[in-house]
Amino acid sequence: MDQPGAAPSHDRHARSSAGPHRRLLAVAAVLVTGLTLSGCQLPTFGAYRGSTSQGQDAFKLWQFFFITGIIVGGFVILLILWSVFRYRRRSDEMPKQTQYHTGVEILYTVIPIVIVLVLFAFTVITENKVDATPPADVTIRVTAFQWGWRFYYPATGKVVTGETTQAPQMVVPTGQSVQIMLGSADVIHGFYVPAFNFSRYAQPGVTASQQRFNFTVLHDGVYRGQCTQLCGLYHSLMFFSVKAVPPAQFQVWVHHLSKNQPSISQLKQEIQANGPGG
Amino acid sequence: MTDLVRPALAGVDLHAPEHEEHHGPTGLLKWFTSTDHKVIGMSYTITSVVMFYLAGIMALLIRTQLASPNSSLLSFSQFNALFTMHGSLMLYLFAGPFAFGGLANFIVPIQVGAPDMAFPRLNALSYWLYLTGSITMLLGFFTSSGAAEFGWVAYAPLSNAANSPGAGPDLWIVSLLLTGFSAIFTGVNLVGTIFYLRAPGMTMFRMPVFTWNMLVTGILILIAFPVLTAAVVMLFADRHFGTHIYETTGCHMVGHPNVPAACGVPVLYQHLFWFFGHPEVYILALPYFGIVTEIIPVFSRKPLFGYKGMVFATMAIAALSTGVWAHHMFTTGVVLLPFFSLLSLLIAVPTGIKFFNWIGTMWRGQLSLKTPMLFSLGFLFAFLMGGVTGVMLASPPIDFFTHDTYFVVAHFHQVLFGTAVFAGFAGFYYWFPKMWGRMLNDGLGKWHFWLTFIGFWLTFMPQYGVGLKGMPRRVASYPADLGWQIYNQLSTIGAFIIGLGFLLLLINLLISWRNPVPAGDNPWDGHTLEWFTSSPPPHHNFTHLPPIRSERPTWDYNHPEAPALHHGVPVVGNGNGHHPRDPGGNGSSGKEEKVPT
Amino acid sequence: MRDESVFLIGVGVFFGIVGLIYWLTAYEDAGGVLLLGTCFLGLVPGLYYYYWYCRFHGRKFFFFGQVGKAVGPRPEDRPDATLAEGAGVVSAFPDSSIWPLVLGSGAFLLVLALVFGYWLAFPGIGLIITALVGVTAESRRGGHV
Repeated sequence: MDQPGAAPSHDRHARSSAGPHRRLLAVAAVLVTGLTLSGCQLPTFGAYRGSTSQGQDAFKLWQFFFITGIIVGGFVILLILWSVFRYRRRSDEMPKQTQYHTGVEILYTVIPIVIVLVLFAFTVITENKVDATPPADVTIRVTAFQWGWRFYYPATGKVVTGETTQAPQMVVPTGQSVQIMLGSADVIHGFYVPAFNFSRYAQPGVTASQQRFNFTVLHDGVYRGQCTQLCGLYHSLMFFSVKAVPPAQFQVWVHHLSKNQPSISQLKQEIQANGPGG
Repeated sequence: MTDLVRPALAGVDLHAPEHEEHHGPTGLLKWFTSTDHKVIGMSYTITSVVMFYLAGIMALLIRTQLASPNSSLLSFSQFNALFTMHGSLMLYLFAGPFAFGGLANFIVPIQVGAPDMAFPRLNALSYWLYLTGSITMLLGFFTSSGAAEFGWVAYAPLSNAANSPGAGPDLWIVSLLLTGFSAIFTGVNLVGTIFYLRAPGMTMFRMPVFTWNMLVTGILILIAFPVLTAAVVMLFADRHFGTHIYETTGCHMVGHPNVPAACGVPVLYQHLFWFFGHPEVYILALPYFGIVTEIIPVFSRKPLFGYKGMVFATMAIAALSTGVWAHHMFTTGVVLLPFFSLLSLLIAVPTGIKFFNWIGTMWRGQLSLKTPMLFSLGFLFAFLMGGVTGVMLASPPIDFFTHDTYFVVAHFHQVLFGTAVFAGFAGFYYWFPKMWGRMLNDGLGKWHFWLTFIGFWLTFMPQYGVGLKGMPRRVASYPADLGWQIYNQLSTIGAFIIGLGFLLLLINLLISWRNPVPAGDNPWDGHTLEWFTSSPPPHHNFTHLPPIRSERPTWDYNHPEAPALHHGVPVVGNGNGHHPRDPGGNGSSGKEEKVPT
Repeated sequence: MRDESVFLIGVGVFFGIVGLIYWLTAYEDAGGVLLLGTCFLGLVPGLYYYYWYCRFHGRKFFFFGQVGKAVGPRPEDRPDATLAEGAGVVSAFPDSSIWPLVLGSGAFLLVLALVFGYWLAFPGIGLIITALVGVTAESRRGGHV
């Protein structure tokens, strides 16, 4: 005798006419709810969790898209596999020559539109967070060139510059907002820090004040970076790094001005003459 | 000279003595002077497949270099030239010409019941421009400074005279003039043929979906290629004629070095290039969607599910694809992100409709898993995942960390390989009997498929992983201490497995040359008009035509027991099954005989 | 003719709308011009086909009034057309011609002249002119080379 409120027996559901499809949807719904509720324990699906607050927002969006992709893609894969195995030719009998089914066609037009609009809504929300550029605690003017980087801190005049494998290091304060103004001395380069889940083009013709983005690093550490946009012969060697240190340590560093930082044109001449590598 | 004649009565034999006519050149001269769309189609197919193998060898060299970190197998310059030319050959010289120059050229006129393309001499000119354009691009390798090294997109200012000097880049640019006009002329031919040369009864909504897709592709070609031509002409002008369309420094009046003038805007090049570039990838995809839409119904013994939905989905994809170009430019920071993001996400909807229609065609069918069908299934899996990752890339915050990494490389290879290779070679196996009159060995074809399929997943899945870890694209080497090597090694192994599969295709072709197995008119029990005529088709394509009362005239003719349905509505009057020598339908009805083949 | 004109006018209308939206929201000139240009690419041939549709069907073509007597749709636009109706000579073309090869070779040399030196333009233009004359003569003679 079933207790009131107890789950109905599996037998009755198994024999319902829409059985396999309804069960699939139920399993998917449970999975999604469970995974969403478990929040932090979701797998990364290969991406970085994000070492900046903007990076973490982008990461959450990535997880949402990935799960949606698995559900939709998985559903379609199952349908294809089912067709291939269940409907292999068994006889010469002519199958029913169905040409259309308006109801189903409307369903698989409308549902994807809804899914896409939901994805778009979350995209816009995250996009506004990632691209917001309120005034920041620290401003750095980054100039990319063939084939290295120059970091200039206008507040104190600190300059760090280096080419290819010298991998110049940008020091930033942890927990404070940093605004990068990105420019290029020659061709298009890509400023990319994988751990920040972010990249942006450094382009001639787009001034540094137009090309701005903010980030706030959450933990101390050294984060590698590299150029992502093909910029010529030594594109593969255009490394840099970002080091996040406590704000007090940062202040000491940024006020310590070193002499004799080579200029961009000097570094470029060096590469022309001797090839890459410090 | 011949008149393009359509048989007055289906029973008239154009080869009877009273219709004797000069049938055009034969032998070697045929390949140089014929304007027959079948000969031109075969020339295109052979040339584009040769380009495919060349580009494939370049890919294997790239993968060999990347199998170990800091490899010095190739110099940076050689590597950059290789990935530039691999991409350029595959996209400009294989995928497009194979689809619209090779297969469509041969098949579309026959599918609409026409004797030839609308403009046969223009068709021949298209081929010669394509061939000379291909030679021009490849000539870059033989110049002293080597081939172009700026990627298949040739962004300014990397592609200007200061950063990419030499004849190699110039040859790359001017080759696009030749191949661009070749494509434009083919687009004109396709649209003209489909609008003007259809057989009686072949209304627009009875055309095969492959033909519909080629019509939409033709319009897209006319929209996109002129923009590319303009963009590269301006690039060439910047390089050699002193203009500053994309230049940002040192701008002065032409001929007056001391008079400063306004500079140009590099991002303009990106806008122009991608306004071409995104429709271009749909120009590359739509014909292959069409191929799969031909194969799946035939090998499921069912009509296409949702014919009208398919046609409108194709139009929707093409329409949307012209509005999404700046999703390749999200990281420039100067484009309207929501506009492009929304339209890019929306393209998933008509593509999804197509997927469900393909599945609906297979559903409750009788699937025959021969080589063309296997390759079509390979396409479905590959494009599905490629499409899902495409949806991810359509979201700017995700694009910010995946753009220009191996994640994108894996995405576009999944969609391009899925279409141009899986669906393309599905079409190759499917129509090879029609084009050459002989069968390809199905057993070898299956080996070819499985090696390609397994190699494909092994090559590109690790690339998603290493891209998410931060490996950028277009890098000739990578550091040894980041743990990227294992991904690259797996990818390289996969690439060589694909190579092995394509070696089998060559063997298959050789066998079919040496020991031909005659194909007959309709080896696959195909549905559309090309399967009604002989293999290969005679001069001017048809000696007989069946009555055209639905989108499956050959099927209706061969299967009178299955009721002829035109979009689900039974056909009355001059319906199926009437003997071709009785076109008026006044004679016998009921049990019909097939015309002896 | 009707389906063709609807198709192309539809292309024009779609790009007109999208182009307008883009122009007003993105303030980006290149894309706006390209989209509005594509609108014309659809409207011009679309209106041409619409004109022929009106002509075949005796309809009024905008304010020009009736432009032709109704002769009904072409055989390929009628679902019940028989083969006999579409029979006969479709058009006449040469089925072999040396001129596409000549024209193509001329274009090849002309394009190479941009890279390797303007002297190549002379044989290139020479071949092109020869081919253009040849093609014209061929067409006038009904296709005989």
